[in-house]
Order: sequence, then C-alpha cells, then structure tokens
Amino acid sequence: MNKADRFRKETLGRSLVTLAGLFIILLTLTIGAFLVYRGSATFFVDKHNIFEFLFSSDWEPAQQGSGGKVGAAIFLVGSIFISGLALLIALPFSIAAAVFMTEISPNFGNMLLQPAIEIFVGIPSVVYGWVGLTVLVPWIAKVFSLAYGYSVLAGAIVLAVMIFPTITSVSADAIRSVPSEYREAAYSLGSTRWQMIYKVILPTAAPGILTGVVLGLARAFGEALAVSMVIGKMQAFPTSVLSPTTNLTAEITADMGNTTTGSEWNNAIWSMALLLFIISFLFILLIRLIGKVGNKTK
Amino acid sequence: MKNPEKKSKAADQFATGILYTVAGFFLFLLVAFTVYILIKGIATCRPEYLSFTGEGIGVQFFNTVYLVFLSLLISVPLGLAAGIYMAEYAGSGKMTYFLRICIETLASLPSIVVGLFGYLVFLVMTGAHWNLLAGALAVSILNLPSLTTVTQDALESLPKSLAEGSLGLGATHWQTIAGVLLPAAMPRIITGIVMAAGRSFGEAAALLFTSGMSSDVNFSNWNPLSPTSPLNVMRPADTLAVRIWALRTEGTEANAAQLSDLSSAVLILMVFVFSLGSRLLGNRLEQKMTGGRTEKEGNKKE
Repeated sequence: MNKADRFRKETLGRSLVTLAGLFIILLTLTIGAFLVYRGSATFFVDKHNIFEFLFSSDWEPAQQGSGGKVGAAIFLVGSIFISGLALLIALPFSIAAAVFMTEISPNFGNMLLQPAIEIFVGIPSVVYGWVGLTVLVPWIAKVFSLAYGYSVLAGAIVLAVMIFPTITSVSADAIRSVPSEYREAAYSLGSTRWQMIYKVILPTAAPGILTGVVLGLARAFGEALAVSMVIGKMQAFPTSVLSPTTNLTAEITADMGNTTTGSEWNNAIWSMALLLFIISFLFILLIRLIGKVGNKTK
Repeated sequence: MKNPEKKSKAADQFATGILYTVAGFFLFLLVAFTVYILIKGIATCRPEYLSFTGEGIGVQFFNTVYLVFLSLLISVPLGLAAGIYMAEYAGSGKMTYFLRICIETLASLPSIVVGLFGYLVFLVMTGAHWNLLAGALAVSILNLPSLTTVTQDALESLPKSLAEGSLGLGATHWQTIAGVLLPAAMPRIITGIVMAAGRSFGEAAALLFTSGMSSDVNFSNWNPLSPTSPLNVMRPADTLAVRIWALRTEGTEANAAQLSDLSSAVLILMVFVFSLGSRLLGNRLEQKMTGGRTEKEGNKKE
C-alpha cells in the first residue's frame, strides 16, 4: 500500500475520530477551567473566605462591586436535605421494583416495567415541576392544613419520582449480573425465594445498587427547575420537612439573570455553579471507587 | 423444625406480595400521571392555543423541533466519532482512562451548569444576544456523552468474527469500521440518537440563559438572515419546556395555566412518540440490516 492509499484508507479516519476524543477532553477541561475561573472570583477578587461561603448563612451579596456577605450555607443545606429525603423516599421503592422485574416476574418486568421506566426518565423536569406545583403543593397544604404547600417535602417527592427510574434500572442491571449459580446454590440449601433475595442476591449486587444510588443522588443534586418550582424559595434553613426553603440550583436559576457580570452577587452564583460541578465530579469518583471495591470482593 | 419453616414461607409470601404491590403502584403512578396531564391538556385546549401567535404554542413547538435538530446536527457526528475512537482505537493507557472520566463528568454535569457555561462562552464572550444556536450548542454538550457511550457500546457488542472477516480480506482497520462495523451497529446507534432527541425535547434549564425565554417570529418570512425569520439561528427562541417555566415565573397572561397544561400534554405526548419510535425503529432496522437472519442462525447453533 503506498502512502496516499494508506492515508485515505486508514490515517484520515483514524485521525478524525481521535480528534473527536481529544475534543471531549478539551471540552471537559474548558468547562472546568471556566467554572474555576469565574467561581473563584468570590474568593480572590471579592476576598471572601471559603469557610464563610460554605458555613455562613448570611447571604447579602452586593449588586455592584463587592462588600456584601456571601454565606451560602442555606442553599447547600437545602440541596443536601431535599436530595437526602428524596433518596430516602425513592430507595425502598426502587430496590423493590428492581427485585420484582428481575427475580419475581421478568416477563412482566420486561414487557411493562422496562418501558415504563424509560418513559419516566424521558418526562421533562419542568413537567414534573408543573404537576408538582398544581397537584402536589395544594395537596400538601390541604393534608397538613398549611397556608402554602411549598415545602421540602414537595421538593423531595418530586425529586424522588425523578430519580427512582435511574436507581431502579441500575439496580436491576446489578441484580441481573449476579451469576445464576448463586440462586441455584441458595435454593438447593432449602431457602425460600425471599431468603435467597435478601441473603444472597442483594448483598452480591450491593456495589451495583450503590452505584445506582450515587447516580440518583447526583441527578437529584443537579436538578434545577422542578425543585425550584415547588420548594417555595424561602431564604431560611428548613425547620421541618413541611417548611419552605431554597437550594443551590433554585438560587442559580432565580437570580443569574438579574445580576451584572463581575458583581459580587454574580461571582457568588458562579461559585455555587463551581460547587455543583465539584460535587458532581466527587460523585463520579465515588462511583469509580465503589466499582473498584466491588470488583475486589468478587 | 416445622415452625421456622412455616415462618420463612409466610415471610416469602409476604415479601412477594409487597413486591407485587410496589410494581403495581409504579405502573399506576405512570398511568395516572400521564393520563392526568393529557386529559387536562386536552380539556383546556382551545383552537387559538395551537396557533402560531403569542396566544398559542405553535412557535414554541417549531422552536423546540428546530433546536433539537440543530443540536443533533452538531452532537451526532462528534458523538459517533468519539464513540468509534473509544471502541476501536483507544488503548488501555492513562489517556483513555482520563477520556472515560471526562465523558462521565460531562454526563453527570447538571444541565443548569451547562446553561451557565453556554451563557458565558456563547453569549457574554461573543457579545451575542440570546439565540437559538447558543441553545443548540448547550444541548449538544448535554447529548454528547450519551451519544458517545451508545456508539461505543453498540460497536463493542458486535461479534469479533465480523471484524476478523473484514480484516482477513485485506481491509484496513478504518475500512472495516466504516464498511462493516458501523453499518452493523447502526440500529442501536439510531435508537440512541432518537432517545437523545427525546431528552433534548424537554430540556429547559440549559436553555434559560442561552436561547432565552421569548421569541419574535414572523412565519411569512423565510429568509434565514432576517431577524424575525423562523429559520434564523441567531434569534432568541423559547422552547415548549422553557415556556412552561417562563409562564410559571413571569407569566402575566390570563391563560398562563392553560398554556402550561397544554404544553405539558404536548411534551408528554412527544415522550411517548420518541420512546415508541426508538423501539420500533430499532427493531425495524435490526431486521433490515441483518435480514432477520441472526436469530435463526442463533437457534440453529443451539
């Protein structure tokens, strides 16, 4: 094969796809770099302490120049509280649904639950938010006799519905990959199906299920519109699951458009975006770690 | 001995009952949710809501389709190429490991963060006003990782003999990919593209600060360079999902709730269309590409 031939038949295509791979690396690094550059201005330009940002609840950033207070603790606590509660609600249902579609009735699972999960995942988050706003919020107000139903609970329920398909499908994959010898061994020792499930299948699939949990948490943490439609956007720590509060993503969506580039307020919002980026990156590392530990125990 | 056995049998039945209940509840929730939205949307619908004016959602529907189309135009070639690289050329070195982490990081980026990045790079730094192209680029960033992964998975799940046959006939690695592997993997890749399109259809958070929350369009003007032409990519354009958000936060129209109901119904309908579409298309293509032969051959072997 001469050189020109070789170029046309191999080198050109290979170079193009390699470039695409490099582009993805470049894109990720660019996004990270811009977030770090804009997000760190709070600390280097406006001279705020990182501990103030993370642990103080005094949030009065200046609209022009600097000199205000940028304690984002309320937003951070709001995000953690709502995502945590959402996980607590979604987890038992997710694992039960995953066990059902793999161990109890695979036929029914493949025919109905699998497509249902796909549709749940596909429903846009604003639609979840809109239904949460028009159905769930009034319902909560009525049931608990509150003036308004905007609450941590409303946000957590909406999020739970949104992350539940993610956790279910990842967990189902993990359960499916448990070797069938394990099931046969458990049955031959005389265990019932339920004993087999919770003593053999679930512990074996635990790393995979944990991966699903982390993925669900990551989605919950980064979800913006649906949550901010139902949590009331009140700048206060939640005192109970029924009190309104706010979170990182709600503050970003609400105020980004109102701030002038370079002002302290604008910088503080970029710092929140950077925080979200760092958290989602930590979730990725966590998943990698779980995968490694899971492989070792096998 | 008999008692514990009875107990575990009862526990087994109880647990099975619970699992059936959860599965049933799950399906009930989906049916109730979608039927509620569809009925409410249809019940409140009036002919003028479907029009291409400020009173209707026609413009937003057009914007959504156009924006998704543009974003696929950008992300599909890139995602395919990167997926081919990952499946066929990437070694097992540090660079590949890093690239994989990059893909996962992109995949887990909150869409609001992508929106902020798009706002900064495509609008603030270029000095442009809200525009469709910026929104399409932001959505492309969201689509890119899933398109890459789907291409990679589709290629990696092909039988080894396929590539070996082609290489054995003297084709280069690239010729094998372009002529043999990619066509064989196409059904799965196309399913992935349709699913990505479905997800982009309902995206809103990444668009709030990139393609904007309003549009000013004249549907009798099809010159793509005119600022009010529907085809102009440099005009602000709100999509259906963004419209719901905008109506909720700054809507002053009297029929804001009805328009949101209708938009939600349309979005849900599109979810069904895309979900069913990707399934049917996947099956159809699978049959066409393999001539329906793989299954028979598989049976023979067994």
